[in-house]
Amino acid sequence: MRPPSLTSGLKVTLGLVAVLVGAGCATSEESVRVAAASDLQFALTEIADQFAADTGGHVDLIFGSSGNMTRQIRDGAPFSIFFSADESFVQQLVREGHTKGDGALYGIGRIVLFAPPGSPMAPDEGLDGLARLIQAGGVSRFAIANPEHAPYGRAAEQALRAHGIWDGIRPSLVLGENVSQAAQFATSGNTAGGIIAYSLALAPVMQDLGAYALIPAEHHAPLRQRMVLLKTSGPVAERFYQYVQSSVSRTILTRYGFVLPD
Amino acid sequence: MDTVALRVSLTLALATVVVLLPLGIWVGHVLAVRSFRGKALVEALVAVPLILPPTVLGFYLLTVFGARSPLGQFFEGIFGQPLAFSFAGLLVASVIVNIPFVVQPIQRAFQAVPNQLRDAAACCGLTPWQRFRRIDLPLAWPGVVTAAILVFAHTLGEFGVVLMVGGSIPGETRTLSIAIYDRVQAFDYGAAGVMSAVLLTIAVVVLGLTAWLGRPWEQRRG
Repeated sequence: MRPPSLTSGLKVTLGLVAVLVGAGCATSEESVRVAAASDLQFALTEIADQFAADTGGHVDLIFGSSGNMTRQIRDGAPFSIFFSADESFVQQLVREGHTKGDGALYGIGRIVLFAPPGSPMAPDEGLDGLARLIQAGGVSRFAIANPEHAPYGRAAEQALRAHGIWDGIRPSLVLGENVSQAAQFATSGNTAGGIIAYSLALAPVMQDLGAYALIPAEHHAPLRQRMVLLKTSGPVAERFYQYVQSSVSRTILTRYGFVLPD
Repeated sequence: MDTVALRVSLTLALATVVVLLPLGIWVGHVLAVRSFRGKALVEALVAVPLILPPTVLGFYLLTVFGARSPLGQFFEGIFGQPLAFSFAGLLVASVIVNIPFVVQPIQRAFQAVPNQLRDAAACCGLTPWQRFRRIDLPLAWPGVVTAAILVFAHTLGEFGVVLMVGGSIPGETRTLSIAIYDRVQAFDYGAAGVMSAVLLTIAVVVLGLTAWLGRPWEQRRG
C-alpha cells in the first residue's frame, strides 16, 4: 500500500462511519428501553411481541440481574421501565428519586430444583435427593444465581439453608451472573443441576433440557416483583406499563408460573 | 443474526480506528525517533491496557463517567446523558483499550527506518514535516496499516469493558459480542452460533490480511 492512500483511505473510513452512524440515528422516535430481571426472559418477550401486534408500539428488552440493573440506573443508564425480581430494588430507586411513582407489583416468582438428563439427582420438592447426593459426595457442580445481587440467587440460598444443605453444597456452587445464566449452567450437563426461576423452567425452549420440581413457596422469602416507570419514560413506555397490567399480559404471566397480585 | 448489533460493532471499530490512527502515528513516531526523560514511563503507560483486566478499566470508567460523578454530570449537562451506557462512552473505553495495539506496531515501523535516510533527507534541505511525509511515513506505511487492522479487529472482539459500561442497549451499546452473550442466556443457541461464526470469519480474514501486509512488497502474491 502506498502513501497516497492515506487520505483516500481515511475518506473511505470517515464516509463509512458517517453512513453507519446516520443509519443508527434514522430510527429514533421514542426508544423505549425496558430493563428487566432475567426471569422474565421469555414471558416479557412474549408480552412485548403481543404489545407490538396490538398497538404497533415497539420496546427494546434488556435482561440482567435486578441488582446490576439497579446499579446501572443509578449510574444513569437510559432505561424507561425497570422490572425487578425483588421489589426492594425498586423501592430504593423510588427513595432516591429515579422513578415516576412507586410502581406496581406484577407477580410473585417461584423457584424450582432443576436437573438435566443424566444428572445423578432426581429433582423433588423437598430437596431430599440433593441432600442425599451431597452426603454421598456426588455433587460436583450445582448452579444458582449470585445471591449477592440476584434475587433468585438469594431465594435459592434461603431454600438450601431451610433444608440445612447450604454448607454442604457451598463448595460445589457455580454462580450465574443472573438467573438466566444459572439456568444455562444448570442445563448444560456440566452440573448436577441447579435452582432456577420457575418462569424459565416453563419456557418452551427448556422443555427438553431436563426435569424440575417446584420448591414450596414457604421455603424462601417471597420474590415480590415490581415494575416502575423511570424518570426518562415517555408515552409509549407508559402504554407498555399499562399493558403489562392488562388481562392479556396477566394470562401470559400466569402461564409462566407467576403468582399474580389481586 | 442481530444486524443492529453488527452495525454497532462495525461503527465502534471504525470510529476507534479513526480516532486512534492520528494519535498512534504521532506517539509512535515520537517514541521511535526521539529520546527524552521519562520515555520508559510513557512506553509502560502505552502498554498497560494489554495486561489490565477489562474489569479494572470498566470500574474506573464507571466511577469517572457515571451519572453520580462530577465528570459524568458535566457530560450529562452537555449531551443530555452521561457517558456511561452511551455509544460515546463505549468509544472512549475502546480508544483507551486499543492504545497499545495502535502505538506499538507503528513505533516498530518507524524504528525500522534507517537514520541515515532521515539525515540524507535533511541534507537535501527537506523540512522536518517533508521528511516525515516523504520518507518516514511511506516506509512505515505497512506498520500503520497493520495497526489499523489490529485495532479494528480487537474492537470487534472487545467484551469485558463493554459488558461493564455498556448496559446492552440495542443500537447504542449492544455490540455483537454482547449480543452473543445475551442470546446464549436466552437459550437461543442458533442465533449465538451464527453471530459467533460471523466474528470468527472476520477475525480469520483480518489476521490473514495482516500477515499478508506484513510481508515485503515484492513477495505479495495473493
